[in-house]
Amino acid sequence: MPLLEVRDLHVEFRTREGVAKAVNGVNYTVDEGETLAVLGESGSGKSVTAQAIMGILDVPPGKIAGGEILFKGRDLLKLKEEERRKVRGAEMAMIFQDALSSLNPVLSVGEQIGELFVVHKGMSRKDGKAKAVELMDRVRIPAAKERVGQYPHQFSGGMRQRIMIAMALALEPNLIIADEPTTALDVTVQAQVMDLLAELQRELNMGLILITHDLGVVADVADKIAVMYAGRIVEQAPVHEIYKAPAHPYTKGLLESIPRLDQKGQELFAIKGLPPNLMNIPPGCAFNPRCPMAQDVCRTDVPPLAEVSPTRRSACHFWKETLDASTR
Amino acid sequence: MPPHGEHVSKDDLKREGEIAEHLLHKAQAESSYAKNGSASGHEPLLEVRGLVKHYPLTQGILIRKQVGAVKAVDGVDFDLGQGETLGIVGESGCGKSTVAKMLVNLERPTAGQIKYKGEDITQLSGRALKAVRRNIQMVFQDPYTSLNPRMTVGDIIGEPYEIHPEVAPKGDRRKKVQDLLDVVGLNPEYINRYPHQFSGGQRQRIGIARGLALRPEIIVADEPVSALDVSVQAQVVNLLERLQDEFDLSYVFIAHDLSIVRHISDRVGVMYLGRIVEIGSDAEIYDHPTHPYTQALLSAVPVPDPDAREHRERIILSGDVPSPANPPSGCRFRTRCWKAQKRCEEEVPELAVPAVFRIGEGPTQHPSACHFAEEKQVVPSE
Repeated sequence: MPLLEVRDLHVEFRTREGVAKAVNGVNYTVDEGETLAVLGESGSGKSVTAQAIMGILDVPPGKIAGGEILFKGRDLLKLKEEERRKVRGAEMAMIFQDALSSLNPVLSVGEQIGELFVVHKGMSRKDGKAKAVELMDRVRIPAAKERVGQYPHQFSGGMRQRIMIAMALALEPNLIIADEPTTALDVTVQAQVMDLLAELQRELNMGLILITHDLGVVADVADKIAVMYAGRIVEQAPVHEIYKAPAHPYTKGLLESIPRLDQKGQELFAIKGLPPNLMNIPPGCAFNPRCPMAQDVCRTDVPPLAEVSPTRRSACHFWKETLDASTR
Repeated sequence: MPPHGEHVSKDDLKREGEIAEHLLHKAQAESSYAKNGSASGHEPLLEVRGLVKHYPLTQGILIRKQVGAVKAVDGVDFDLGQGETLGIVGESGCGKSTVAKMLVNLERPTAGQIKYKGEDITQLSGRALKAVRRNIQMVFQDPYTSLNPRMTVGDIIGEPYEIHPEVAPKGDRRKKVQDLLDVVGLNPEYINRYPHQFSGGQRQRIGIARGLALRPEIIVADEPVSALDVSVQAQVVNLLERLQDEFDLSYVFIAHDLSIVRHISDRVGVMYLGRIVEIGSDAEIYDHPTHPYTQALLSAVPVPDPDAREHRERIILSGDVPSPANPPSGCRFRTRCWKAQKRCEEEVPELAVPAVFRIGEGPTQHPSACHFAEEKQVVPSE
């Protein structure tokens, strides 16, 4: 049994202008000790899926319109909010992109980390603070003992992100969801933070869902990838296979459109057009207006997630042709 | 003869003055080029020497006194040739955006020179400054905040003509703006729309069109694609390259994304804490870096190739960038450098070809500000 299984998840947002279909039937699984990277551009539904798993979706305007989220075999969507709170933080935790706005500016970092132990484990504030020092040491914040009483603004961006990691790991959860954890950081600090996260993940044998748009970061840490577009998974595969030969034109376009550090290169391949409006997703395959391979069938029929190999899926009518073209 | 007689005659006078000035500059520049006979075969369009920007830190309410300074830029030198793209990379807080602002005269340097065709533009004012500004334009990072939400696209792109009416007489402007929209790949019929009706990539195109309006020679682009989605980034990068060929533009391209900088640049300067630590052609910097900071920076960039994961050596720097209000003595990078020794603490390394590489020729022969410079390949070669 996988640690987490998302089955046919649908999420919509009801707004004054209409219904925005943010997630339209997402399926994925994460095992213990495994890293799943969810790749997608803004508006692809990658973060909304994560919020639904964590149970922190804004309801309303958000609404889970269907599907199941099985965590250790239990459907989280059927749990009462009270039970859900016990899962959140203790068994699964989340790391956000912007550490400065996710931390409380008027509480010291020690109090914020310690609070987890007070609430979930019933410890005293003093013991909580001692635990906080221990965790700050663990995420390698220098002089943790002296700095435990300081406030978020007194730390640098990289250190704030480590504090977020410390909070996420505090109760040794089984699953961590990291939503663009290094996007706001500089490359040298990004490398520090990703290394730390990977090391702690190994140590605690946690499942990790890494949400990102950075194809470089994904290649560095992921075991498998799910590529999302307009609320659907368009391709899902082990990391080595997808980079070697993508089986979906969108994945292929993404990989070709990034400039490489090791190549000077000529003109970049650019995916034409813009991501679709979620209130008005094109019929058939959502990618069809931007796809170089689109045929009539793509404009009418939604492509099923076809099996490319036992570990690999692609939602394209022409995945065979795409795969052939990319292996050549 | 256009209808508004009075205005035009005034403008005409102004224009004549500017043309005369322009010709004078050109003559001066040409003569200086003949004298120096620059090795690259290009006369530098822009020469930056010893550029410094300090922001004072003050204390006290009634009696303000300066207690220090944030040394945002502290001695930067570089040249920019005609038709060339100079990339400037560095982490946040290294001063790269401050350099950009000084180049377009949005900030006055504390010290140093910016010579445009041989003339120091930091000393100019009034009409002469206005004329130079026309030729050096800027494209900003954030397409969401750099366009006025209450102005139509036509007004935004046409605004430069209000300031420099000599470029386009009034009746001609609408047509010019529509041409510009077409050039940057937007529908000319969108002229009356507002910025919120466009996506991020389209807005950046509007920003680029505004930068092009006055037909400048130099465009300073400060992180022009970092706010855009991956699939849209490539479109904008390609557009910038096409425009460079079409209008013979020179770019100063500032970014923190090293892959994009390599893609677009002919030469690259790496900045750390207010200084350039290494500068050279793209191959010199990326394939033969000699400064430890450049090596660390390059090795930290994730490469989109999972097979490279195992055999890549990564240099993980410890700690964070020190405060520019109180930079370390000697070499500024020494607090994070694994090679640092006593000498680095005492002696500021100058930006020059390191002594070890001065003999012979080769890609390591480029300026690098390190006492212990050595070559190290960190980017996996194909």
